[in-house]
Amino acid sequence: MANEQLNSGNPRVDIEYRRKKNAEEMKHQVITFALMIFLTLIAFVAVAYEGFTGWFIVPFILLLAVVQVIFQLFYFMHMSHEGHEAPKLFMYTGVLIAFVTILCYTTIIWW
Amino acid sequence: MHVEEKMTVETWPAAPEKQTLDAKNKFLGFWLFLGGETVLFASLFATYLALKDSVPRSDMPLAKDLFEIPLVFAMTMILLTSSLTSVYAMYHMKNFNFKKMQVWLGITVILGLAFLGLEIYEFNHYVHEFGHTFTSSAFGSAFYTLVGFHGAHVAFGLLWITTLIIRNSKRGLNLYNAPKYYVASLYWHFIDVVWVFIFTVVYLMGMVG
Amino acid sequence: MSTNAQKRGFGATLWDYLTTVDHKKIAHLYLIAGGLFFLIGGLEALFIRIQLLKPNNDFVSAGLFNELLTMHGTTMIFLAAMPLVFAIMNAVMPLQIGARDVAFPFLNSLGFWLFLFGGLFLNLSWFLDAAPNAGWTSYASLSIAQTGHGIDFYALGLQIAGLGTLIGGINFLVTIINMRAPGMTYMRMPMFTWTTFVVSALILFAFPPLTVGLFLMTFDRMFGANFFDAAMGGNTIIWEHFFWIFGHPEVYILILPAFGIFSEIFAIFSRKRLFGYSSMVFATVLIGFLGFMVWAHHMFTTGLGPIANAIFAVATMAIAVPTGIKIFNWLFTMWGGSIRFTTPMLWAVAFIPSFLMGGVTGVMLGSAAQDYQYHDTYFVVAHFHYVIVGGVVFALFAGAHLYWPKMFGTMLNEVLGKITFVLFFVGFHMTFFIQHFLGLWGMPRRVFTYLPGQGFETSNVVSSIGAFLMAAGVIVLLINVIITSVKNEKVGNDPWGDGRTLEWALSSPPPYYNFKQLPLVRGLDAYWIEKMEGKKGMTPAEPLGDIHMPNNSFIPFLISLGLFIAAFGAMYHGDEGNTWGIPVLIFGLLFTLGSMFVRSIKDDHGYHIPKEELIDDNDKGVKA
Repeated sequence: MANEQLNSGNPRVDIEYRRKKNAEEMKHQVITFALMIFLTLIAFVAVAYEGFTGWFIVPFILLLAVVQVIFQLFYFMHMSHEGHEAPKLFMYTGVLIAFVTILCYTTIIWW
Repeated sequence: MHVEEKMTVETWPAAPEKQTLDAKNKFLGFWLFLGGETVLFASLFATYLALKDSVPRSDMPLAKDLFEIPLVFAMTMILLTSSLTSVYAMYHMKNFNFKKMQVWLGITVILGLAFLGLEIYEFNHYVHEFGHTFTSSAFGSAFYTLVGFHGAHVAFGLLWITTLIIRNSKRGLNLYNAPKYYVASLYWHFIDVVWVFIFTVVYLMGMVG
Repeated sequence: MSTNAQKRGFGATLWDYLTTVDHKKIAHLYLIAGGLFFLIGGLEALFIRIQLLKPNNDFVSAGLFNELLTMHGTTMIFLAAMPLVFAIMNAVMPLQIGARDVAFPFLNSLGFWLFLFGGLFLNLSWFLDAAPNAGWTSYASLSIAQTGHGIDFYALGLQIAGLGTLIGGINFLVTIINMRAPGMTYMRMPMFTWTTFVVSALILFAFPPLTVGLFLMTFDRMFGANFFDAAMGGNTIIWEHFFWIFGHPEVYILILPAFGIFSEIFAIFSRKRLFGYSSMVFATVLIGFLGFMVWAHHMFTTGLGPIANAIFAVATMAIAVPTGIKIFNWLFTMWGGSIRFTTPMLWAVAFIPSFLMGGVTGVMLGSAAQDYQYHDTYFVVAHFHYVIVGGVVFALFAGAHLYWPKMFGTMLNEVLGKITFVLFFVGFHMTFFIQHFLGLWGMPRRVFTYLPGQGFETSNVVSSIGAFLMAAGVIVLLINVIITSVKNEKVGNDPWGDGRTLEWALSSPPPYYNFKQLPLVRGLDAYWIEKMEGKKGMTPAEPLGDIHMPNNSFIPFLISLGLFIAAFGAMYHGDEGNTWGIPVLIFGLLFTLGSMFVRSIKDDHGYHIPKEELIDDNDKGVKA
């Protein structure tokens, strides 16, 4: 996303092009947002409905949360763009260690 | 100093948040900080999961007695929306539209304040209606620490963004403050990321039992 | 220029150091502060050894002994080893990658002051109340039950110091990723820079769990929370896990830079390229990764169950593989090289067998079933001193001698250096080798005395004498430092004559802007390549131009001071009849926030050194 766009040599044209590109991207962001709201609604409804067992609901809403967070990170925070290699590496490592930590605290502490 | 140079729509770069070395450093450093924050919040989540519903007496409230859908739903919607408004702000920053950026950030701050207000109401409600306090049980300690840490992050983010809005209101966008805005918006999104897990793990899973 | 600084009065110099953001001066600060804490921690160790000199000794009371051993461990790990490692990283790493400074000079300074105020706070416990007395691990059931403020000092002091370390870690990571000189690819980075990189990543992920653990302990002890109180539904194991999720990476945070320093030394004084460079990089990264997956081997006897114990035992032993790769690579680096036994090289050569012994006992301890036998005996004490002293402290001594000219412009005396080495090396093995056997014979660790007739007498005498030999070695080093500073004989760029990496291409000490023109790096051991082609210095990668420099700032000091003040409020507010605690806590936090606010709204663009000024002293810095 940096300044890799081709330069036409004409600043006015470049700006038009960039404007359009940004607008396009903004449209995608709004769609992403709609999806996130939708996922949130499903999660809340699944819990409010009371017809499902916990064995279904818990993994289901966790999955929804993970999907939503991926949207948030990759689109709202632009992690899908170029120039995010180091952030990705460190976020993935952080998530791995976060996972191991939580796994530990849900398994091998005394109850 | 060239970072403070007056910019125009023509000279404004496509990625103003990463134009100078300082900006690149700030950008990367902040992402790394978020990597560390991930582990920090994971530790708090882990503590909460270990101590959930762990109370000394059987007459004390548990997660399923405390949480109610409407309030959490409202808080979630407010915070998610504030994430979108800060995306809008960054969209206008890229288009060098300073006024609109400030307005959208202002809306973000208002939504954040609303969220914080609801959280304070919520905590107050638990304390006075249920006697569920920070010191009443391990469950209480863990709950208030996790959600409170998130709340403190929200409060800090509000102070930060407000400072940015006021500090730069007179001088407009330049390559010195654009990365500051960008990084603040990253922080705000990260707060949202944490909240997604809080409403799922703490509230929804708490209501499931 | 840095020479101007010496002409200035004491007050001006002090102010310069209080506000400096120059990585080379911050390195001096870390070295001085860390060295001071090293002496304090060493003194505590001596008291411990005097107390254990004979059975039923009453040199110190049981309570004071607990405080001494707690503060010895805490001081040595957090306030001596860490800052000394940071000193060398700050002094050398930016030079090695060809950078003018670190990525965030302001944060670099903030990191130091946070560490210093945290360390001061912790050590004030000796005077204000009682020192922490629950061991450096401060296990929760014990530390929650302790009366007095000792543990509060521990929790709050480490919280502040830990914050500084985290900031330092992020700073180094960004510096290495973003600010390498042209041509300095990742696989051309000197080993020490690589270890700094991996260590900084470990800091980034290991310190947050400690932060959370310390917060929980602070809340439990000072604000009435119940995380660790079983009667209120709490769980004491939570602390143990957080401590070791942090604590195990922490030992790698200490040892990896040591590996880096030794890698430089072996190459320099064997006059050979480091053998197996890429496998060294791979091993470093692998050790860093595995370091996060083994923490529960400190908790085998906690009762995690056989499955968890087995998993962590296997993961632990796996670390022996990359470590072995490194040991062999060092040996092969020396193989066929033209070796010079300078003081740093002596430490490096002595390090291999010493550290190896610690590694081997580590594998023994990593076997869960055996660990039940060794747990909480002097065998464990011997093991971790062999890795920490035989690895980290040896490296710090070696690094101090190696980089002294680069940091201060003078060479430490080689004869005195070798005397230090002999005294310390002999003393070290005398102190700790016998402790393996003391442990196997059943002497428990952390106990303030022992009874006569149990077969511990002679061994403890031997061990204590060794401790005094180590102390003598340190004193000789101090004398060496004083003599060298008084003589003040300046040396040239490459005083060892065989420097391989970029830092040796600069004057000693380097000019405050480091590189007049960023150097062009054409391969691993960049400076060596140029020397082999008969050139005097590096080829510049850019034309001479204005250099952008950051401004000095006093704000890091103030931010840290605010937290220091707040910590007192947090600690005392729960005392009976205390009314000033909460106001002081709030004042301190607001002071910190206010300082941050000032930093935020006041633009700080730094300044430029004009080109003309650089041409004037053309004899310094990188010669084109």
